[in-house]
Amino acid sequence: MGGSLLNIINLIMYYRTIKGEVKAVDNVSFSLQKGETIAIIGESGCGKSSLAKSIIRLLPRNISVYKGKVLFNGVNLLDLNEEDFNREIRWTKITYVPQAALNSLNPVIKIGDQMIEPLILHQKMSKREALERAAKVLRLVGVNDVFLNHYPFELSGGMKQRVIISMSLLTNPELMILDEPTSSLDVLTQANIMNLLKRIKREIGLSMIFITHDVALSSELADKVAVMYAGQIVEFNSAEKFYSSPKHPYSQKLMESVPTLRKDKELSFIPGSPPSLLSPPKGCRFSERCPFAFKKCLEEPPITHLDEDFYVKCWLYERE
Amino acid sequence: MSHPLLYVENLKKYFEVKRGIFGGRRIYVKAVDGVSLTLARGETISLVGESGCGKTTLGKTILRLYEPTDGKILFDGKDITHLGLKELKWYRRETGLIQQDPFGALPPFMTVKRILEEPLLIHGFKNREEREERIHKALEQVRLTPIEDFINKYPHMLSGGQQQRLVIARSIILEPKLIVADEPVSMLDASVRVEILKLLQDLQKRYNLSVIYITHDISTTRYFSERIYIMYAAHIVEGADIREILHNPMHPYTKALLNVIPDPDPTNRFILKEVPAGEPPNLINPPTGCRFNPRCPNFMRGVCDVREPPLIEVNKGHYVKCWLYG
Repeated sequence: MGGSLLNIINLIMYYRTIKGEVKAVDNVSFSLQKGETIAIIGESGCGKSSLAKSIIRLLPRNISVYKGKVLFNGVNLLDLNEEDFNREIRWTKITYVPQAALNSLNPVIKIGDQMIEPLILHQKMSKREALERAAKVLRLVGVNDVFLNHYPFELSGGMKQRVIISMSLLTNPELMILDEPTSSLDVLTQANIMNLLKRIKREIGLSMIFITHDVALSSELADKVAVMYAGQIVEFNSAEKFYSSPKHPYSQKLMESVPTLRKDKELSFIPGSPPSLLSPPKGCRFSERCPFAFKKCLEEPPITHLDEDFYVKCWLYERE
Repeated sequence: MSHPLLYVENLKKYFEVKRGIFGGRRIYVKAVDGVSLTLARGETISLVGESGCGKTTLGKTILRLYEPTDGKILFDGKDITHLGLKELKWYRRETGLIQQDPFGALPPFMTVKRILEEPLLIHGFKNREEREERIHKALEQVRLTPIEDFINKYPHMLSGGQQQRLVIARSIILEPKLIVADEPVSMLDASVRVEILKLLQDLQKRYNLSVIYITHDISTTRYFSERIYIMYAAHIVEGADIREILHNPMHPYTKALLNVIPDPDPTNRFILKEVPAGEPPNLINPPTGCRFNPRCPNFMRGVCDVREPPLIEVNKGHYVKCWLYG
């Protein structure tokens, strides 16, 4: 049992475009214990990548509102100045594997030289020490350390993704944020990477935020699940409860649209499309597509706690 | 005696990548290397495989977007294997393609109306009223309604699901008999995915279309097709009815594929899955014998690495290309 590693309270991140203000992250709260993995699932454009970026403070330049609390080991990351944040948190205690990261390796620099950069910059290691550390994490993810001397094009997609994951382990982080880490990989390669992440989780006890649009895949890692819809978390639940009986109508409909291999089930889809984050509907943002919508849904639904940790944001669960 | 709509025999498609200087040995990527299949009128089949296994090349060769290197394609009994561009025009009308990336498949500078009119103009629909009637009908069929809301829009003004519906409308506007749908839903969100699959299914039934559904995602195939073919390294390694494949997979590669695909289940996170080591071979120099042999858990030395296994009918309609059953 560890204490709360990450506690996000009412986090808001809006940015301004010529069309207006985009409410990408709108009043989001969840908590994560040491060694736990939370899966953030939702459809494209729901704000899940923006949420990740607002945790590691990789903010768009046109940001207009950024407030709330991101308590990491009790310290509000929003209060740190950029220099301290960069030195102590970003790519040190919290690492981030962005989407399609395997294409972000520099094609003309050897793997080893790319890997040691954060160690030399952040931890002031010597080149030799850094290379030793790089070799160690490479072996940890199942890549032979001779590849330190190779260029990215000499690696397959799965190997590149392993290299990227190993890079995010270099600094012994406490939290790793993975944004769609396997979405461009093949089925078997994807299974390999999931195995690797499970091993890392088990052996190092690393906490992870796993962002994905793939509900089935999310169950490969998640201890907790947060479902995002139109910039908000509409359900935050334990894996056990979520995959067997999701609470929020959106979660339920989403689950019904997931094809299964082993069970016969009638698939259904959600008519309509998610609202624009420029002018989300008043009240519950899912109400226009919700089969259970009633009059109350025109008002913003409250957060109803399912137990101490978990909650659902829906009028159906409002207690008297 | 009626013949199948599509009959493909020992189809090969090689791409030349490099020729030695002084006209030395030629090097080929063998993307499709001896594939046979038949498709009846109104039947749907799924081609499943990982990227680079040749499934897209097979689909495009069947549509004669590529000319086969060897083998034979009969459509409605007519040999179309080596027809020239002009002679192929009628075949283009009988067939349609739906691609993975709908936005990439739609010309950005054309309106919905113009996009749907293009194939009609090419195929000589001179009467303007008839064209408009067909455009309206196609839009109704893919449920891009009310039509006035969509007809003058440009592709970028549509959502991903709407774009894919437009691509489908374009592919059926000439009332073809055969559609190749190449990963039609893999770029779409989960909830939209089912909508598009259901739409394709409806159209398939209503018009008795034959559909080849190409995908890397086995879990969607059971909602779509009757038969499934598994491709690995340019070969079909297993083919059977969908239920048979799901309940009684035989090829070690098929077993591996089925084993790693997760269903939403909270116990998944405690289980390390067995995954065959290594990666698919390159298709310039594939391994001798069975192409899966370097990764196969049931590898038999002296057999699997020596001779290529034949496609054996193990149960009725269930074919496997593996020495375990030969």
